[in-house]
Amino acid sequence: MSVTEPTPSATGSRPAGGVSDEVRLRLANIAVPLGTAVTLLVVWQLGVRLFGVPTYIAPAPSDVLAVFRDDFPLLMRNFWPTFFESVMGFFIGNTAAVLIAVAFVHSRLVEKAFFPIAVFINTIPILAIAPILVLVFGAGLTAKVVIAALICFFPTLVNMVRGLQSVNPQTLELVRILSASKAEIFWKIRLPSSLPFLFSALKIAATTCVIGAIVGEWIGADKGLGALIIDSTFNFRSPLLYATVFVSSGLSVLLFTLVTLAEKASVRW
Amino acid sequence: MSVRKLASAALDGTDVATVGNLPAAASLRGASVKFGHFTALSDINLDIMAGEFWTILGPSGCGKSTMLRLVSDLIPASSGEVRVLGKPTEAARLAREFAFVFQDATLLPWRSALKNVELPLEIGRKRGVKIPLGERTPRELLKLVGLEGREDALPHELSGGMCQRVAIARALVCQPKLLLMDEPFGALDEMTRDRLNLQLLQIWRETGTTILFVTHSIPEAVFLGQKVLMLRAHPGRVKAIVDIDMPGAREMRLRETPAFNRYCARLRDLLEEC
Ligand SMILES: Nc1ncnc2c1ncn2[C@@H]1O[C@H](COP(=O)(O)OP(=O)(O)O)[C@@H](O)[C@H]1O
Ligand SMILES: [Mg+2]
Repeated sequence: MSVTEPTPSATGSRPAGGVSDEVRLRLANIAVPLGTAVTLLVVWQLGVRLFGVPTYIAPAPSDVLAVFRDDFPLLMRNFWPTFFESVMGFFIGNTAAVLIAVAFVHSRLVEKAFFPIAVFINTIPILAIAPILVLVFGAGLTAKVVIAALICFFPTLVNMVRGLQSVNPQTLELVRILSASKAEIFWKIRLPSSLPFLFSALKIAATTCVIGAIVGEWIGADKGLGALIIDSTFNFRSPLLYATVFVSSGLSVLLFTLVTLAEKASVRW
Repeated sequence: MSVRKLASAALDGTDVATVGNLPAAASLRGASVKFGHFTALSDINLDIMAGEFWTILGPSGCGKSTMLRLVSDLIPASSGEVRVLGKPTEAARLAREFAFVFQDATLLPWRSALKNVELPLEIGRKRGVKIPLGERTPRELLKLVGLEGREDALPHELSGGMCQRVAIARALVCQPKLLLMDEPFGALDEMTRDRLNLQLLQIWRETGTTILFVTHSIPEAVFLGQKVLMLRAHPGRVKAIVDIDMPGAREMRLRETPAFNRYCARLRDLLEEC
């Protein structure tokens, strides 16, 4: 409980000891969730052991940790393919979304022609479209990248269109008085205005692209975290399954963190 | 020479009113603005002479902003003619003859104060547009508006009054001959507003630019303006032009003088008739 105490005192008064209060606040911000997680793990470990739950139904945290110790190379062998599929899907899907958003904002006609199609594609559940894409592109890397790209695409498209249109009307009047060209308005006004919107979409995409890649691997793959999930499930290797799930979410967290760092570096207002 | 005389001279056949060889900073001849069936401005005849400071008063919705937008080529005249320094408004816009200051500073939040002031110099540069350079650099302009040392601050790090001063510096960077200001200090607290009023008068004297300044504050209009233009609504027309003729320097103490209060009272009466 003591970890929660610094929070109110730190926000309440910060005269002479301002710096140390800030450090304490930051420590508390890390310590509170960490403490909660550790507590949950302990409860889980004790629960499984006390009630004698079989390992193939629910492994104890110690069993999962053992997998990380013994089968780390296996996890890594399957981590990298999923990593590459996710990252490539992320770049391709988001780049396409940004370019199409720019086209939409420049031409009402293009928007009218293609927006309904974009909405339609978005309404198809990714699980339903994934087998089709595997059939089309084969069991290799391409299908997974396409699925990951597809899952990123729509949220970024919608956010980017909104971002490019988010310019304050008075700012547009200002640049009109300066007789700015369309290109200048785009590069100097619209694009920077859209950055906060783009980054909130990219944060969503950072986690969904991993889901896309894993779903693709479920359908047909012999390597990757998705394949390992299927494999360990059917072989009742639950500790391995759990470890794979943790690695998958670790991948999402990694990509999310990278996007957040890029945002901090480029959106300072 | 009074404005009314000039306006009637124009009706007698003189094309554009001039003082010496200078064309009027802005002249409107029977200018009207319609939005659909709604007439926002009707038959406006005015000559704003170079170097003058005009303030514009009127009930809200009477077309004050519309008039500035008309002069600055943001909206076209439905009929009549508007000229800025003797040119059609579009030509004046392309030559950067005028600048606009809005009620909110409309700074670009990702640019520092200095970068915001530099924006007008960047626009058109790559296209080879001839950009009139002012005598003062962006840095000097920030100093002129009292923001020395804050060049690198982002707008969110500045107060409302500071942002508005950056906006004024930005408006001055191409050395406009006409400065259009639409309630620029309307959102600021009274003390900040008073300080900026004095600063604006100083800038006006130093740069010799013509200023058209919309406000809803009668004291502000009397304090700043050499001439107060009173508009009335439905449709927007010129109600009156009041010359403000007060001896002595424009400083805060002026506001306690009987002459000042007489002008305020007269404008208040006029406003009530609108
Ligand atoms: N773009 C527009 N479309 C239609 N009506 C407008 C437009 N701009 C202004 N108006 C109308 O014209 C009138 C004058 O507006 P404005 O010039 O903004 O008044 P104010 O004197 O308060 O600045 C108002 O009745 C307003 O509703
Ligand atoms: Mg207005």
